[in-house]
Formats: sequence, structure tokens, C-alpha cells
Amino acid sequence: MATTSGANILIESLKHAGVEYIFGVNGGAAMPIFDALYDAEGISLIPMRHEQGAAHAADGYARATGKVGVTLATSGPGATNLVTGIATAFMDSIPMVAITGQVYTHLIGNDAFQESDVIGVTRPVCKHSYLIKSSDEVADVVASAMHIASTGRPGPVVIDFAKDAQIHESLFHYPEQVNIRSYKPKVDGHPRQIAKAVELIHNAERPMLYAGGGVVLSNGCEELRELAIKTGIPITVTLMGLGAFPETHPLSMQMPGMHGSCCANYAFTDSDLVIAVGARFDDRVTGNLDKFAPNAKKIHIDIDASCISKNVPVDVPIVGDAKRVLAEMNKLVHRVEIEPWMRQIDEWKEKYPFEYQQKGDKVMPQYVIEQIYDIYPDATIVADVGQHQMWAAQHFKYTEPRQFINSGGLGTMGFSLPAAIGAQFGCPDKTIININGDGSYIMTIQELIPAITYKLPLKIFIINNMYLGMVRQWQELFHNKRYAAVDYHDNPDFALLAQAFGATGLRVERVEDVRPALEKAKGVDDGPVVIDFIVDEEENVFPMVPAGAGLGDVIRGLA
Amino acid sequence: MAEERHIFSVFVENRFGVLARVSGLFSGRGYNIDSLNVGETDDPQISHMTIVTHGDAQIIEQIYKHLNKLIDVIKVTDLTTENHVERELVLIKVHAEPQKRGEILQIVEIFRGRTVDVNPTTLTIEVTGDEGKLRAAIDMLRPYGIRDLVRTGKIATMRGGVR
Repeated sequence: MATTSGANILIESLKHAGVEYIFGVNGGAAMPIFDALYDAEGISLIPMRHEQGAAHAADGYARATGKVGVTLATSGPGATNLVTGIATAFMDSIPMVAITGQVYTHLIGNDAFQESDVIGVTRPVCKHSYLIKSSDEVADVVASAMHIASTGRPGPVVIDFAKDAQIHESLFHYPEQVNIRSYKPKVDGHPRQIAKAVELIHNAERPMLYAGGGVVLSNGCEELRELAIKTGIPITVTLMGLGAFPETHPLSMQMPGMHGSCCANYAFTDSDLVIAVGARFDDRVTGNLDKFAPNAKKIHIDIDASCISKNVPVDVPIVGDAKRVLAEMNKLVHRVEIEPWMRQIDEWKEKYPFEYQQKGDKVMPQYVIEQIYDIYPDATIVADVGQHQMWAAQHFKYTEPRQFINSGGLGTMGFSLPAAIGAQFGCPDKTIININGDGSYIMTIQELIPAITYKLPLKIFIINNMYLGMVRQWQELFHNKRYAAVDYHDNPDFALLAQAFGATGLRVERVEDVRPALEKAKGVDDGPVVIDFIVDEEENVFPMVPAGAGLGDVIRGLA
Repeated sequence: MAEERHIFSVFVENRFGVLARVSGLFSGRGYNIDSLNVGETDDPQISHMTIVTHGDAQIIEQIYKHLNKLIDVIKVTDLTTENHVERELVLIKVHAEPQKRGEILQIVEIFRGRTVDVNPTTLTIEVTGDEGKLRAAIDMLRPYGIRDLVRTGKIATMRGGVR
């Protein structure tokens, strides 16, 4: 058998693992890898304009498809630019492999040109990492990295690849199986724990399901729907899980937490049994822990044992894969008699829907979201971080898993445009809508270029309030309206800017122009369309549970 | 919640970077390591760490779970809850004028220690034992003037059985 370079082995190994796209930025210490990709078949390099964008694109691809996203950058600054993207994927448990070129092995540790200790820098923000110093190791490392990234609680794995190992030749042999003795994720829930959980479910008077991104990651949404519908238990789905249970279903209480529905938050406060599935009792969901679900027993299904009883003590922990555990529970459960509780839930829902006040002839941001939902109900929404993210979560009704993509855990501004690019590559037949903010859009605006180059029919809708809006809202409420460093009235004209890049750019300033512009965007399919919606500048996101307050103390709006 | 000392026995892959992953787990969460000892086992591919730490029950549970979560960690045991033996070795360099040597050597004898180095003004003494014994030995030698004191950190293993 002939030998081939470490770089070629990397590409062949990734192909064996089913990788179709690599999102990357070229640079000195990664040049042999890019060279190997230059004429590789069956795998494509998508050049991005900044490494952060490359990482988010790989992440968006993974979130939209459930497959492992792959990103590639050079050493030093290329690698450090990836870090935000790796940390973003880590916080949301996204399967990703990040490959970085590294300086020659004999230079490692010498403060060589464009050297950084990538393994050291990324250690706290990735699931695992490898340094490849020999071309002999490449295939095994890739196989292990793909396995670790995609199994158990998924997450990003970093492969730091020394340049001489990219050049040196070895025999290519991709391992049939990966067997890591120290890594055996527990996927099946303990039957006795499952039986205990079912007993609690059958005896509860005010039970509720609380599902998170873990259900989506385990592809367990069918099982989740079956559990809710079979038992008749109402369900709230977190920001990371939106679409895991259809928000159009009568059992849906919509999203919980800081900007969640009053219904879901009141339900937590009054419930006697919380069944958490693939959710981690994040502080943005629970509010003040002392006041969180004080009367409820808790069942927690999670594949990561360290998530259980981390924030909230749990009565029945079940470590396992959500899909498998739910399937086992579904065999045992029956309908529960909870009519008075359901009447209460329905009353809250009726009384406190997500709503807003129209202010004069202003374009209200929530109105724009409602119209997007009306015109594109089946689209995949990729939101950024801030007020528009919350409005997109509240006013669009998600019915399918992976329909809402956003950086929930790390809250990374600039995530959405590159993530939308990755999502569009992963799902070429879906309508991908990027709902962005004026602050977040500018953070990774350079990624409009590959979107144009690849003629991606992305719909980029900017909810432009000329402020770093979420921070401004907090300043209004908690800092005496001292608007420090949030005034973005010096924004450029995003429509003209889009045109300068070579995309279709529209600007909407009047309510009556919102729908026609959205309709017009529908017809643009040979490249991205950017619509700059100039919305009411000081609209706030409500309901709101102030930091430190209990979920029962939700502010429904300002009088 | 009350703080407790715990001893973790951790078998890990003998690879570069493992120690950093383990110590990073502690530093990243603001947990303290009281002592940490690493050494090869009988199988050169596997290293053993003995980690002594303290915290309330919730912190100890998190440490246990996060150690298990590390990809390179093969097995974690909280020895505090198991029947185990623990030892630590200390090297004490104590000021010892010729006329005091006899007294010091008697103390060393009592603690079944050994003299590993001698020169005209100092003795270097090795004592092995559990925490209480080492503390007692150090307290007895302190009045003579301790010039240097180096400890291995605790090592521990479960009694009986196999790992």
C-alpha cells in the first residue's frame, strides 16, 4: 500500500466519517490541509472570511442537520479566533470538530511565529482535544474525535495538527470501530429509576414537562411528544429546545424563564412534579433558585450525570439518552387525571399570552416577527443574541425540532449569520431565515461575502432599533436610563451596505411596507436578501423575570 | 452545608495533558486541591492520581461527576467512603548540632523514620505514615529548627479486592 501525507489522511478520514463540508480560513500552518482539499472529491471546503465565522458556520450546520460540523483554521491567531465559536458550541452541546494547524513539532513551545498553545487555550471550552505530532496518528485521532463529538453529551473536539505531521507520509487505515476504554456514555436509564419516575407521574396532581435542547440532540422529539400526549401533561420547552414539542399544540405552555411565558413560569411555581428532560436548570430558566418550583418533586433525565442536582436537588435522577429513556417511560405511562390543573394552565395561557402594544405608526419588532411567521411558518429561524432573539422565540410558533437555532448558553453575538450559512449548506432545500439585531449583525457582517459567493438564498432580517437593545433595556430598568455604550445611531445603512457587498438590500421604515418587503424577499433565490427593519427604538422584551427574582415575580410589562 | 475532606483515587490514561485537564476541572470551578499525587501504575499506560480535596457534599458530588466526565479518566473512587489505606512521605531537614543529634535520632526511632542524609549541621529525615503521624513527627522536630520540609502528598488505595 502506498503512503500518503498526514493532510491527505485527515481529509480521507473525514470523508470516511461522512463529512461533506469544512468551513475554514487558510493560513500558514494549515496550508498542506488546504492544499489537500484543493482537488479533493466528495468533500468541500467553504472558505469563510473570519475564523469565528467558520466555527459558527460549522456549528450552524451541526444544529440544522444533527451531523458533526467541521471547522478548520491555521495556528496562532487563526486558532484563537476559533475559540468563541468552540465555546459557543460547547455551551450548547453541539457536535463539532475544530481542526487547527500548529507549528512544526520542533518549534512547539519556542514562541514560534503564529504559535499559540491551542490545547491549553481551548481546554475549558471543549469536550476533548488532541495534538497530532505524527502522521501515523491522524486516522485514529479523527475517528476518536468524531466519536467523542457526536456521542454522549455532544460537544466540540479540538484537533491541533502540527505542520510536519501534515506533510509526513504514512499508510492510511481508518479504524472500523472506535473503542475508548475510558469513555463509555451511559445511554440506557436504570429501569428502577424509570419505574419510580412513572409512579410519581401517575400520582401527581400538578405535573409538568420541562424539555430542553438535549431532547433535540438525542433526536427524541417523537418520544417526547408521545409522553406528553399519552399522559396529557402540559409541557414547556426551553429556548434551546424550541420546536421539540409543537407550540401550536394545546398542551404547549411555550418557553419558560426570564423572558418566557407567564404560564410556564407560574406553572413551575405551583407544580407538584417537574419532569425535566435534556434541560439543565439554567439560571435564565429557574430565576432565583430558592423560589424555583418550591412545591415540586423533580425527575431529571439527562445523559450528563454532572448536570443532575447541579443547580436544583433532584428526587429521581435518570442518567441516560433522552430518546431511549422516554421510549421506556412511554411503555409504562397512562393518562393522568389532572383536570383542575389543566383548567388553571388554560386560564394562564388565555390571560397572559405573549403580547405587545402598538405605539403610533412605529414598526413594532414583535409585529415584524409575527409577519415573518405568517409568511414563512415552516422556515428555519437562525436568531442572534439580544432582544430580537427573545421576540423571535416568543412570537414565532415553532413546530419542528431544529427549526430554531441560536446561541443559548454562551449568548454569542455575531453567531447567527455564519450559523445560517452552515444551516443552508446542511439543508439546501429549506428556507433559512436569519433574524439578526443591528448590534450582532455588524459583529460578523463579513460573512455576507461567502453567502453571496455561494448564492445562498438566505433571508437576513435585521430588527434594527439603533441600540444594543437588551443592554439598553437593562440600563432603562436597573441603571437609571444611563445608556452607556449602547447607542448605535451611527449604524451604517444596512440596505446600501448589503448592495455594496453584492446582495439584495431593502430598508423598511413604515408598517405598511413590512409585508410587501417580506413577500419580495421570498422571490429572491439567487443569493441573500438583507432587509433592514427600522423598528421602535425603545421597545422592551416582556414578560421579564428580573435577575434574582423568582419565576412567580414575573413583570408582565411596564404600566 | 458542612465541608468535608475527601480522598479521590483516579486512574487515568498516561498521556500528556491529563494532569492539566484534572487540575483545570478544579481551578475552573474555584474548587481547592489540598494535595495531588501522580504516578505510573503497574501498567505503564495508566497513571494513578490521589487527590485530596474538601468541600460540601454538593461540591464533592460535582467533583466526582466531573472527574468521571473527563475523557481520559478511566476510574474514579471516593476513598473516603471506602475502607482504605493512606500514606504520605515527608523529608524533613532539621538543624542538628553534634550534641543534639542523639536526641533527634531517638525521635526518628520512635516514629520509625530513617535518616537519609547527614552533615555537620543538619540531618535529613524520612518519615512515612498517615496525616496524624506526620504531624506529630514534625511537631516533635520543630523545636530543633526545620530548615526544609517536603511532602509527597497523600497516596491511597482501597483495602483488599482488585481495582
